[in-house]
Amino acid sequence: MSGRRRAAVLGTGQTYHRSKRADVSIAGLCKEAADRALADAGMAAGQIDAVVVGKAPDLFEGVMMPELYLADALGAVGKPLLRVHTAGSVGGATGIVAASLIQAGVHRRVLAVAFEKQSESNAMWALSITPPFAMPVLAGAGGYFAPHIRSYIRRSGAPGHIGAMVAAKDRRNGARNPYAHLRQADMTVEKVLGSPMLWDPVRYDETCPSSDGACAVVLGDQAAAEAAGRPVAWIRATAMRTEPTMFSGKDHVNPRAGADAAAALWRAAGMTSPRDQIDAAEIYVPFSWFEPMWLENLGFATPGQGWRMTEAGETEITGSMPVNPSGGVLSSNPIGASGLLRFAEAAMQVMGKAGEHQVEGARTALGHAYGGGSQYFSMWVVADRPD
Amino acid sequence: MTDVAVVGFVEAPNERHSPATTNGVEMLVPIFAEAFAATGLTKNDIGFWCSGSSDYLAGRAFSFVSAVDAIGAFPPVMESHVEMDAAWALYEAWLKILTGEAEIALAYGFGKSSAGMLRRMLALQLDPYLVAPLWPDSVAIAALQARLGIESGAWSQHEMARVAVRSRASSTTNSRALVSGDQSVEELLAKPYIADPLRAHDCAPVTDGAAVVILASGDRALDLCERPAWITGFEHRIDSGSLGARDLTAAPSATAAGEAAGASRAQVAELHAPFTHQEIILARALGLRDSLAVSPSGGALCANPMFSAGLARIGWAARAIMSGRADVALGHATSGPALQQNLVCVMEAL
Repeated sequence: MSGRRRAAVLGTGQTYHRSKRADVSIAGLCKEAADRALADAGMAAGQIDAVVVGKAPDLFEGVMMPELYLADALGAVGKPLLRVHTAGSVGGATGIVAASLIQAGVHRRVLAVAFEKQSESNAMWALSITPPFAMPVLAGAGGYFAPHIRSYIRRSGAPGHIGAMVAAKDRRNGARNPYAHLRQADMTVEKVLGSPMLWDPVRYDETCPSSDGACAVVLGDQAAAEAAGRPVAWIRATAMRTEPTMFSGKDHVNPRAGADAAAALWRAAGMTSPRDQIDAAEIYVPFSWFEPMWLENLGFATPGQGWRMTEAGETEITGSMPVNPSGGVLSSNPIGASGLLRFAEAAMQVMGKAGEHQVEGARTALGHAYGGGSQYFSMWVVADRPD
Repeated sequence: MTDVAVVGFVEAPNERHSPATTNGVEMLVPIFAEAFAATGLTKNDIGFWCSGSSDYLAGRAFSFVSAVDAIGAFPPVMESHVEMDAAWALYEAWLKILTGEAEIALAYGFGKSSAGMLRRMLALQLDPYLVAPLWPDSVAIAALQARLGIESGAWSQHEMARVAVRSRASSTTNSRALVSGDQSVEELLAKPYIADPLRAHDCAPVTDGAAVVILASGDRALDLCERPAWITGFEHRIDSGSLGARDLTAAPSATAAGEAAGASRAQVAELHAPFTHQEIILARALGLRDSLAVSPSGGALCANPMFSAGLARIGWAARAIMSGRADVALGHATSGPALQQNLVCVMEAL
């Protein structure tokens, strides 16, 4: 049934993520990532056929449809430019739309850019507007997700220190990543457990930072990939699924949209045992406990058992299923870019370009993002071979 | 390349003040039902959904998140969203059919423009450091553009009024238009300016509304529609966001998209021109024949629901094919200040 053409990641780039990048404008931030991605792909902006821009709500910077203003900085003038917005999953969706442009046979080389410049905004304000007749999103994401985490702990019987283990691991991994916002090589479970409680059971050190940052990915078709003369990451499968925020029967701990997306992803990638076939995973974990929750939702562990993988050290960079070797969202969170960072880091792993956080021998990797009230999911599988 | 056709289109009644909330659900539920009834499809037949809307228009973050309630998105659906006019959502839906991931796809757009002060809000689309803080509103920027054309002799206020007269006369047969009527150029030119040289008739009305377009691949299209509107060219381009860096009396992005899509062959063109002089710019940029029927629906000058008006233009153009009135039709969408970004969809009967 498929008229799908092969697509590959030819290059990736990201900014130095910080709480305030006062040294650059929004355009400068995006260009920093785009220039690195183009250099990594060995390509000039003029060789790009189309640009896809992703970011989370426009209210986060106070700029309506900022891609209009960014067209010049991204070299998009005279070209097609698409702007994606699928809540927190948007970075992933941006990568998938860019891949679709190539898989559909419409373009040969596409630049995907995602960003957030949280310091120019007030995300708490943007998330706290309560329009008439609508459920309030509540003040910040932590308050929204904490009850779901409590529910997970009760259902699974997970011991209380699992979240701290995830946080300590991701912050230590972040120290291996030169671009990470938080680089805490000496982070320990004890330190995490000693940090203030913000939204029970989520402590300060189990929470993602608020970052300025951008990520860019250059994608190409088979001919462009073969002409690159350097390692590429072949896109083996993509998947997106959506469900409503609130409805009777919604499972916030193990959302069906995530499980369905994962099942479709593994099927499309021809994988029957993803736990054995994925060498590294970059999973969207903004609050520590989401690591075990998503391990189960993705099918890496049976429901209620994901925390055992964390506890046994399987998700460490040297474990059998390394999760977030880059440090993940817990180390850098430019919201709109966070999903594309997961996708790009997965590609870097199979291209052998992850430097100090390289998972040895990684040949197949997962990039994952989610957004809204655990209702938008986007994922891709990349590998060092096309099939 | 896979053949893809438009097989269905419905737009909501265009209203000056809709009582609906800004999340689109109340406007979308009836038109989803109408589109499904017309095609015999159900939500379970839709392989990919894609929407276009704006958080700023809705006055809240994540407005499209609530809009999926209109779908009844459980079991979960394959779905995406663009922060653009839904014409670009249709483009993404077209891609998903081309890749083989879906056989039938539905694009929808919605917007409640009356919830805020639209012309002032659109100033936030400009360079956030150097231009937006001056709050040049969208009507003022269009007025500067119109003035440049008048001063350079590219068009006159009389020609602009003729566009309005034709649009309003055309929309008398469109029951869902917001503005319509038979008026003369002299009558319109006797009215006061609202932003010199623009009069009320030169500007699209502030409109609340929504639209839905259904796409299908190959054989599925023939099952669903007697005369599908096959997409033979689907292109879009963007110009610089810096107003001082481009010739505002031209639209090079429209020209490039039109040439790539085969615009000059169209017998009917539905143009998304929110201002009368912008229709003149677009007709020239797209190289449309003089005899061509422009915007028989009345176009955006008679109803301009933000974030669905471009999609509706494609829907109206497709309707010209599906009804047998034309063999080649063009739908156009624009986005951004002063026609910065343009999309062209050419459809044909086969």
